Amino acid sequence: MSTAPAVVVDGLTKRYGDRTVVDGVSFEIGRGETFALLGPNGAGKSTTVEMLEGFRTPTGGSARVLGVDPRQGGRDWRSRIGVVLQSTGQAGALTVREILTHFARVFPASRDVDETIAAVGLTEHAKRRVGKLSGGQQRRVDVALGIIGRPEVLFLDEPTTGFDPQARRRFWQLIRDVASDGTTILLTTHYLDEAEQLADRAGIIAGGRLLALDAIDRIGGAEARTPIVRWADASGRQEVHTHEPAAVVRGLPGEPDELEIVRPRLEDIYLAMIDAEPADEGGGSAARETEEVAA
Amino acid sequence: MTATAVTDARQNIRPGHTLQTGVDRIRVELLQYMRRSDALVFTFLFPVLLYVIFASAFSAVDPMLIVGDEQVTQPQYYLPAMLAAGVFLSGVQNLGIEIAVERNDGTLQRLAATPLPVLAYCIGKLGQLVITSIVQAALLLAVAVLAFGIELPTEPERWLTLAWVFFLALVCFAVLGVVIAQLPRSVSSAAAVVIPVALALQFISGIFLPFAILPEWLQTIANAFPLAWVGHGFRSALLPDIARFLEVGEAWSLPMVAIVLGAWAVAGSVVAAVTFRWIKRG
Repeated sequence: MSTAPAVVVDGLTKRYGDRTVVDGVSFEIGRGETFALLGPNGAGKSTTVEMLEGFRTPTGGSARVLGVDPRQGGRDWRSRIGVVLQSTGQAGALTVREILTHFARVFPASRDVDETIAAVGLTEHAKRRVGKLSGGQQRRVDVALGIIGRPEVLFLDEPTTGFDPQARRRFWQLIRDVASDGTTILLTTHYLDEAEQLADRAGIIAGGRLLALDAIDRIGGAEARTPIVRWADASGRQEVHTHEPAAVVRGLPGEPDELEIVRPRLEDIYLAMIDAEPADEGGGSAARETEEVAA
Repeated sequence: MTATAVTDARQNIRPGHTLQTGVDRIRVELLQYMRRSDALVFTFLFPVLLYVIFASAFSAVDPMLIVGDEQVTQPQYYLPAMLAAGVFLSGVQNLGIEIAVERNDGTLQRLAATPLPVLAYCIGKLGQLVITSIVQAALLLAVAVLAFGIELPTEPERWLTLAWVFFLALVCFAVLGVVIAQLPRSVSSAAAVVIPVALALQFISGIFLPFAILPEWLQTIANAFPLAWVGHGFRSALLPDIARFLEVGEAWSLPMVAIVLGAWAVAGSVVAAVTFRWIKRG
């Protein structure tokens, strides 16, 4: 089998008039890898994914999915990819089993319908109409439809928006199972914990540009993961970025209030990165302060 | 290796895939149609209900035309009109709204992400239209015969006329439904865009009002559209021959029915093929 990357994106650009939505984005996703595209709303995540799915034509650059230009991808190519769109199509009048049975006939080498229903935890709802299910259950139907064709590459566009914590954890397990079958997964999300749980690598995108691209535990560079010591004293809250947190703590007088040592997680690194972007709505001013103290 | 075998199988769409998936689309479309109460009431039963109302309300009224011992009654006259309304509503109105909703709620985009051919989708819609329209027409004829004592023609030629006008009308209205489905920009506006157009055309095409009583300029406008000709064709098949005195020019003109419907079907197919989009433009 080919070891070429499943997805190759090179200088991908999408402009609407003079508005650049995706600006020279490049990345690769290896076979069997789970890759997360992270970014705030309007960052260009979905536009990027929709170009990879063949639904939008790039203004510039190139994209290859399984070696094929998505705009040229025919039915054979379609049968090898799975798509879970951001918005749910409401085939509400069909039951879970009816719609999955239909989609299973559309793909040439489909998974077993009942096994797939079981995999997404909907066995007891198999005979219910999709329109009568809860939002989270409908989303699981979307995922079932995305994997029924045994795709080699699966696109998941913000799959768990609106899930409760329990449903999200069940969903993560499902995606891990799909990934362990060797499926390449491209996941967009604005839940950082989701990316940490599922992805091998991630790209952070904002204002259409790729700000960082690395393994989940390395993204942002080693410096961004410098431990932080925080405490409070008479003059207010204090914060120090240091590679020797223990030494800093030993040097503190007495028992300071609210003492903690934290290692910046993906979310902190992400917020710092997004916040440094001038164009976007400034959300986390806390991250900016952190930088100032550190400087 | 098994992994390679699976990969190979995956890449191969078997021959006959379009036909097989098209037939499965018909099954799925029918299931959804039967479960959609708005489609059942406003498309499937509407012409039947309307016929019962018209035929009951006007049953005591004098016949529209008496020549010798032959006559054309109101319940007779409204039967072909409601048959035409049925085909028109199933095609232009129901398909138009249905496809517009499916395009705007993401259903079509989800289908586009699969190996389902556009042709199979069209087979599904056309199959749904043909099957529901035939059942609807049969129901309408049954109500007319059983409840209102309408006598149906016995000559095979008349049934042949009914059949070809019926199927040409189905094709014509199906492609026009696909075309009109491109107009609404949201799920909620689909019905609001499609229904007024459909309603206006029915009023000027001799469906609700006898065509002959309309002013000439309105007849001219209506005659540019296919619906008036479907009504004309159905009347020529189902009404006694004397009913031609109620037509413009006091004659049947079946060749014009074929020409106008054929022209609209061809033009509509071209426009439908050029403008059809799985997804709405962003």
